[in-house]
Amino acid sequence: MDQLLQHGLNALMLGGTYALLGIGLTLIFGIMKVVNFTHGELYAFGAYMMYALVMLLGVSFFVALPLAIALGVALGALLELVLLRRLRGADIDTTMLVMIGAWIALQNAEQLAWTGVAKSISTPFPAAPLVIGPVSVAWNRVFVLVVALILIGVTYLLINKTKLGRAMRATFQDRDTAALMGVRIGNIHTATFALGSGLAAAGGALLGPVFVAYPSMGDLAAAKAFAVVILGGLGSIPGATLGGFILALVEELGAGYVSSGYRDAMGFLLIIVILLFRPTGLFARKERVG
Amino acid sequence: MNLVWKTVAAAFAASLMAGTAGAQDTIKIGVTQPLTGAFAASGNYVAQGAKLAEEEINKQGGVLGKKIQLVIEDNKSNPTEAVATAEKLISKDKVPVLMGAWSSTLTLAVMPKLMEYQVPMLVETSSSGKITTSGNPYIFRISPTSEMEAKAFAPMVKKFNIKKADFLATNNDFGLGASQEFQKMLKEQGVQIGAAETMDPKATDFSAQLAKIKASGADTLFVTTAVEQATLILRQAKEQQVKARIITTGGSVSPDQLIAQAGAAADGSYHLVFFTPWFPDAVKNPDIAKKFVGEWTARKYEAGGLTEGFRGWDGIHTIVAAIKAAGKAEPAAIQKAMWNVKVKGINGDIAFIKQGPAGKESAQNVPSVYVVRIDNGKVVRN
Repeated sequence: MDQLLQHGLNALMLGGTYALLGIGLTLIFGIMKVVNFTHGELYAFGAYMMYALVMLLGVSFFVALPLAIALGVALGALLELVLLRRLRGADIDTTMLVMIGAWIALQNAEQLAWTGVAKSISTPFPAAPLVIGPVSVAWNRVFVLVVALILIGVTYLLINKTKLGRAMRATFQDRDTAALMGVRIGNIHTATFALGSGLAAAGGALLGPVFVAYPSMGDLAAAKAFAVVILGGLGSIPGATLGGFILALVEELGAGYVSSGYRDAMGFLLIIVILLFRPTGLFARKERVG
Repeated sequence: MNLVWKTVAAAFAASLMAGTAGAQDTIKIGVTQPLTGAFAASGNYVAQGAKLAEEEINKQGGVLGKKIQLVIEDNKSNPTEAVATAEKLISKDKVPVLMGAWSSTLTLAVMPKLMEYQVPMLVETSSSGKITTSGNPYIFRISPTSEMEAKAFAPMVKKFNIKKADFLATNNDFGLGASQEFQKMLKEQGVQIGAAETMDPKATDFSAQLAKIKASGADTLFVTTAVEQATLILRQAKEQQVKARIITTGGSVSPDQLIAQAGAAADGSYHLVFFTPWFPDAVKNPDIAKKFVGEWTARKYEAGGLTEGFRGWDGIHTIVAAIKAAGKAEPAAIQKAMWNVKVKGINGDIAFIKQGPAGKESAQNVPSVYVVRIDNGKVVRN
């Protein structure tokens, strides 16, 4: 029973992480229809910015966090302006190839700048875990979960309740009509990509201190993010959130009670099963796909 | 993934080499190490150690009247790339002998190429039994097998009073091999085996495995992986209040790096290492160990890299001793001569015994294995 409780708590913590990775990608992949291979690199970028700010420049952890996210937003905007802006009319294959190129270039740049040795980022949280009866959890993971839920909530409100959010949804549903209604299409593209990138960087900035920062850390994060987005349904923020928690729970229980060697396979097995019955994912509305 | 850069770098390197080395006045030694990717930290340390050996040997006049020249290739922590680097070193650089490839998986990948080209390779890091028992006569391994490590640890079982042990091993030849050998050794001593868990070599979250291990109630947890994952395991074990004593195997978990990156979570953990730079007097050849530590420190290399870097030094010295004994830098002669070398290394005296099927035996050194403990952020002798 204690073991089950601990698995449940772990899944909750891990789920928040996966959800955070998923929502940034679901904006870019689901709404913009850009297969964003740089998502993992923005995640690594966020972690390395935390390392630079906290460990090298001595900035306070809580000041560094929003700064790292802001830098992620800026890098995202830059990528959109330099690479994607020229490809707006291009087909999906061309865009995909360019994004793969950007992924390789960014990862190698990280390697060059930070070397292959993993970097550890210290946090102001107490080293002793939070103990609740028979189970325990690290304080920094609780912090990650809380911030992740706040970011998810804010993003949801931004997309669904604000004028900017409405303009974003309109732009990617029907660009010409949106333009006729006075939406500045170019700015919306940049803003959406920057927002999604900022969320990826936020994931890295939050999780870099929990784990360690290393150049290829983005690969695993991107694989999980794609799984979460496909599971939840493209473009759906509640879907990505729930998808994150479901994926984490399946991995935890699968590893705990079936076989830890197949931990990552469990998640993908689940995706296959869900896609068999709901080919658009758990939450995507039908009209969005296609 | 790094292919573009590799191509650019290779073209650049080739143009450089064309300029400098039209020469037969150097003896080339090929080195394949993971300089990027998951094992980048360790691979770079081994390469640094190898370069220190190169410098030292050349300062003393080289071998057979020629300078030695290391040709170091990055195998990117990837078995496919490891094969490509070996093939490139043998067929393009025409090296008569290789050193590599860091880790059992990368070494196993390269092995068929050694058979194909009949070039010997000194294996400086790897522990899987398969490497020396599969009948590849071009393999000369100086690092211990998991079986040797388990045997070296056997007398400690009573001392630690181990009654029940759990395992957490990385899901590859190295991790699974060590997990098996240690389980076998412990069972022979009547120790009960609890949870035997594995993890993906790239994984960073081990919460599910640790929850299961916590529930098993064992007194000792054996961890087999590289230092990056070990750091995270120590931290996450503390977070989940895993009470078991943690012992890492494999010799690639640098205690200094753990202290720097896992902090207090590293306290009380034990580590099997093959070099103890903290107590150079404890090793078999203290003079050599001190010289190496001195050179390493003088160059301001990471202290945490010493327990990896020494392998590069020992490996290159062993190869050069074989070239000297062979009297010529040719693969077959080096292979033959390697069997009889006696080298005073940092780990101890290096010499090879036969392992594997008769007629095509591989060579295996019998290295020293030490157990150290981390106590209040310091490495102490156990």
